[in-house]
Amino acid sequence: MNPALTGVLADGGVTTGEAVTFWILAPIALAGAIGMVLLRNAVHSALSLVLTMLSLGVFYVLQAGPFIGMVQIIVYTGAIMMLFLFVIMLVGRNTRDSLIEVLRGQRVAAILLGIGFAMLLGTGLARGIGSIPAVGLAEANVNGNVEGIAKLLFTRYIFAFEVTSALLITAAVGAMILAHVEKKPGEKMDQKVLSRARFEKGNYPGPKAGPGVFATSDSVATPALLPDGTFTERSVSKVVPARELTIAEARPKAVNGSKEYGAIK
Amino acid sequence: MSLDMFGHDPWWLILIKILVVFVFLIVSTILVIWFERRVVGRMQHRPGPNRHGPFGLLQSVADALKLALKEDIMPTLADKAVYFIAPIISAMCAITAWAVIPFGPEVSIFGHKTALQITDLPVAVLVVLACSGLGVYGIVLGGWASGSTYPLLGALRSAAQVISYEVALGLSIVAVFMLSGTMSTSGIVASQAENPAVNIFGLEFNVPGWYAILLFPSFVIFVISMVGETNRAPFDLPEAESELVGGFHTEYSSLKFAMFFLAEYINMFTVSAMCTTLFLGGWRAPWPISIWGAANTGFWPLLWFMGKLVLLMFFFVWLRGTMPRLRYDQFMRLGWKVLIPLNLVWILVVAGIRVSSEQEAGTAKTLIIGGVILLAVGVIFFYPRRKQYQAPAVADLGVGGFPVPPLDLKVPPSPRTKKIAASREATGVSASTTTEEEG
Repeated sequence: MNPALTGVLADGGVTTGEAVTFWILAPIALAGAIGMVLLRNAVHSALSLVLTMLSLGVFYVLQAGPFIGMVQIIVYTGAIMMLFLFVIMLVGRNTRDSLIEVLRGQRVAAILLGIGFAMLLGTGLARGIGSIPAVGLAEANVNGNVEGIAKLLFTRYIFAFEVTSALLITAAVGAMILAHVEKKPGEKMDQKVLSRARFEKGNYPGPKAGPGVFATSDSVATPALLPDGTFTERSVSKVVPARELTIAEARPKAVNGSKEYGAIK
Repeated sequence: MSLDMFGHDPWWLILIKILVVFVFLIVSTILVIWFERRVVGRMQHRPGPNRHGPFGLLQSVADALKLALKEDIMPTLADKAVYFIAPIISAMCAITAWAVIPFGPEVSIFGHKTALQITDLPVAVLVVLACSGLGVYGIVLGGWASGSTYPLLGALRSAAQVISYEVALGLSIVAVFMLSGTMSTSGIVASQAENPAVNIFGLEFNVPGWYAILLFPSFVIFVISMVGETNRAPFDLPEAESELVGGFHTEYSSLKFAMFFLAEYINMFTVSAMCTTLFLGGWRAPWPISIWGAANTGFWPLLWFMGKLVLLMFFFVWLRGTMPRLRYDQFMRLGWKVLIPLNLVWILVVAGIRVSSEQEAGTAKTLIIGGVILLAVGVIFFYPRRKQYQAPAVADLGVGGFPVPPLDLKVPPSPRTKKIAASREATGVSASTTTEEEG
């Protein structure tokens, strides 16, 4: 394993490169997380979350876990957040959060509790593992990071791994069943059936002339004119009764400048 | 060739490498646009661009300059910030993927021994996948931020397409990982240098090391899904001109559009370079040339790499000149119901061969081989067949072949007959009967 890639010194210290990357990306990750909560537009919110996830992916790579880092970027930002965006975009682009507070004082309480929880977690972790040097990384990555993960996943944690995949498959099948619409055989005309019906004997497959084409009126009841000036009956649906136009209807439409209905200047 | 070679270059050498790759990408985009127009022109019996420069070579330069000087339009309904960063995301992700593409072996540059590759990682192939996964954000956000219907539809199509085909693409690479035992691009190229001995029914012979030959099904699936991944014809549904105007970039103009354009072409190079690296032996010389001892040393491999790249680009153009666009549901069916299941069965077979070849002959080996064959046969046997076409009993075509509304629907009177209808309503005759009586 390349020492430049692991980023961790033998004594558990941190290289300059890792420190620089951390101090650049940590504020970005935090800003993304805060932006995700504060931004009103749902798409902007989702994008902030993407920023945080990307930074986390780079952190994993820094911590000598290149595989998990790349998988974080491919799976979470590449696929899952994309599906989120998909849904948000379909909901509508101007969907914004309602600013009306349903419970009084809820926002203040939530902020206070959130800060309290973060502090509790932060101090707990810092006191618990802050002073402990990281050991065993070199042994875990001795055959390469990917091989190390593969070995653990397919030997010691094989049961947990398979149970998780079974759970995911169950969820996917469940979603498919919920979204499934039962159809009777023959109810759904697929493209092949429609296309064969279109070219059956007695049916003209080409597009029909629109009613009113080249005619003096734009009514659906007015048949289109053929190039020789005669009517083509095929352009009018049979449910529309054929009728003569009244004199008022046959008159040219009102033109600009004439207020009176149907008047000719 | 091992990963220890990387990460020791002085900073100026890294800078030179990055700059050379960047310039190479920009210049070859301009050249490939010319190449594509000339080749498609020849396929359609017309000359293609031939006015500016020798063979029309400067046509793309002129087009690029014109594009950059056009008016930059910001639609009124656009989401300003997102509209601005979308093309940047697209271009950035496309270019970043080239950081791990191997161009050649170790050479000496200004006295420093270094590989012709910016860097390599134990997970280099995943970096390329991650870049293409993030590149979709450019397309999706560009389509959404335009605040217009066609771009949004194009963006949704594109997102669905790239996510679906990335699954097939990723699965087709798995077999390569299993044979080469590494995910680093330089390692995969190195592992294709050997001619492994294969023992089939007692006959032992050496097979060529290219994974395109050893893992032919994976290669075919990779080639199909790389066309889907780059939104190229016949899978160019996100920008289908006849349906969606221009797709996600309908509202874009000037440099922003140029960046999308650049990203699309660089993505084509990226998948071609990945195909070369993973399946076609990378920068290593193909067979008749490889007899010459110096073919795989020094700067020569750059030539073989470029040659393979140009061949794949020609394949892309050839596809565009030949194939009509697929319908969306057929396209999705191909991805999910054909490529992915085939891929899974193939991975199983490769894993079975791999495991059984390492075992001593005995019960265990027989069991593994038998199990794999049984599973593969079972999948092929139970794979749902295409339903036979059954003519419908009665084809309902409406009245006289017209798609018509139901018969009890009342046709509203035309606004011009309103006056007459209103004046007669007093006598108790309804508007609809009036219209009929008039006829």
